[in-house]
Amino acid sequence: MLAILSLTPSYYLVLGALLFTIGSVGLLVRRNTLVMFMCIELMLNAVNLTFVTYANALNDIGGQVIVFFTLVVAAAEVAVGLAIIIAIFRRRQNVTADDIDLLKG
Amino acid sequence: MIAQVVTPIHTPPIDWFAIAPEIALFAAAVAIVLTRALARRSKRVFEASLVVAAAGIVTSGAFTYVQWHLVRRDGPYQAIAGMVAVDGFSVFIRTVVLISLSLALLISVAYLQRERFEAAEYIALMMLSATGMMVMASANDLVVVFLALEILSMALYVLSAFDRRRAESQEAGLKYFLLGSFSSAVFLYGVALIYGATGTTSLVGIARFLSTTTLLDNGVLLVGMALLLVGLGFKVAAAPFHMWTPDVYQGAPTPVTAFMAAATKAAAFGAILRVFVGTFPLYRVDWRPALFGLAVLSLAVGTIAAVVQSDVKRMLAYSSISHAGYVLIGVQAATSRGTSAALFYLFVYALMIVGAFAIVSVVARRGDQNHSLDDYRGLARREPILAGLLTLFLLAQAGVPLTGGFVAKLGVFAAAVAAGQYALALIGTLAAVISAFVYLRIVLAMYAPADEAAEETRAPLRIDVASGVALFVAAAGVIALGVLPGLVLDFARDATLLLAK
Repeated sequence: MLAILSLTPSYYLVLGALLFTIGSVGLLVRRNTLVMFMCIELMLNAVNLTFVTYANALNDIGGQVIVFFTLVVAAAEVAVGLAIIIAIFRRRQNVTADDIDLLKG
Repeated sequence: MIAQVVTPIHTPPIDWFAIAPEIALFAAAVAIVLTRALARRSKRVFEASLVVAAAGIVTSGAFTYVQWHLVRRDGPYQAIAGMVAVDGFSVFIRTVVLISLSLALLISVAYLQRERFEAAEYIALMMLSATGMMVMASANDLVVVFLALEILSMALYVLSAFDRRRAESQEAGLKYFLLGSFSSAVFLYGVALIYGATGTTSLVGIARFLSTTTLLDNGVLLVGMALLLVGLGFKVAAAPFHMWTPDVYQGAPTPVTAFMAAATKAAAFGAILRVFVGTFPLYRVDWRPALFGLAVLSLAVGTIAAVVQSDVKRMLAYSSISHAGYVLIGVQAATSRGTSAALFYLFVYALMIVGAFAIVSVVARRGDQNHSLDDYRGLARREPILAGLLTLFLLAQAGVPLTGGFVAKLGVFAAAVAAGQYALALIGTLAAVISAFVYLRIVLAMYAPADEAAEETRAPLRIDVASGVALFVAAAGVIALGVLPGLVLDFARDATLLLAK
């Protein structure tokens, strides 16, 4: 069955685009900062998938190496982001984006 | 067996000199963090880290200066397997970043002492962020641009949230973090699509590929370029990607805002110029309309929204959006004249905005709270010098003749006209007229009579030596660039991009 359905790179690229869209829409509509944070991670991993697919299609190792850089950046982002979220949580005991509204105008 | 299977990996030779300015800043930052960790009980750590920071900046500046001479003698070149470009352009942006960093550190000293932070980490973070900006100036590969973007942003997220006692500061940090990471992810997706379309992430490689190959279906490439523009447009605070700017500029500690406004803009515009003007000149027809739209929107949003603000930091934030619009006018011309006009604008803007925020930081007093227009009422009577300097910086931002702001605005408008963009020059001039009203509102408030009863209860303003030096340098620079702009204009003219041959 699977042999008939030959998987061309476009399947992975479309999956990557879908995941990226889910991540960006999620970031815009969800109100819990932790979930928004997860959406960013989803976006980064969708990009990773795209890089790997292209690297495979182009037969070029460069795209796969970039994934390692992305992973490191994502890890650093987790450290900084969670620190900020915890600092806010300590002060107000919740991290809903709608309640964080001191700055406006 | 294994020896036959595994082919040896050829590592590229590393030209340490090409990244010496970055290494100097980074080493200083690491030294500061180490000192802080090893001698945390000592009271002198803060002073020591200031000395280390100064040493790092001077070393970095010296290397940048030597690079400038070598580039002028031998021409621009690529280093470290084409990851880094050493050209006049990168030297110019590095200079702007180093000047902004030194001025911002000078005004931070008084702030940190006043707020009783005196944290060495603050200085280290600022140096790390500047390292990222310098890498961005010379990045010659989209992946390096992305890494530089992350290095500079991540330090700035922490700096924005640094004032733990003010809820506004933490809120600014969170907003900047969420929207900043979002824009970085968008940028990275753009890199992935361009990699898919051209098979490389090297800027020179992309330019070479596009000049030798005609893409039958360039949809992926165009979407990739659009996503790159979104990611970088976010960092320069161009409308419609400006939503974070007023909140973050208002919430962040004032010296951080000054640094963010001056240096981040310069670095991100450096990346925009290198990526769009330098790498995609053949696709000019496609990206110029997009930049035109961004420029007009930024000018409109920045000037009109600034009119209705009552918080001076927010006003300056909106005016920084409109300044992004002016620089975009120069970028959009897509000529070497436009590039040098944009570079000169960034140089002048760094001086004007750090100077303005230096005074905002002094007026804010302990707690970094007093930012409303009412707090500036009667400032001219109590502090005539301070009010005079703020007037100078605001008039320069409005583009009054005999200040650097005038020469900068004239430069970008002239570049637009030379490129046949009359509409853009006209819109820019109109925006300049409206924005003059915003700046005059602050000036008029300063020269209006104060509410004496409220004034009695307040602590007097104090300007320390470091802030004084920063203010003097910024003011002298703004006037000098208005009266005798020749030196920096020549520097901007010679700061050419490394182009693919």
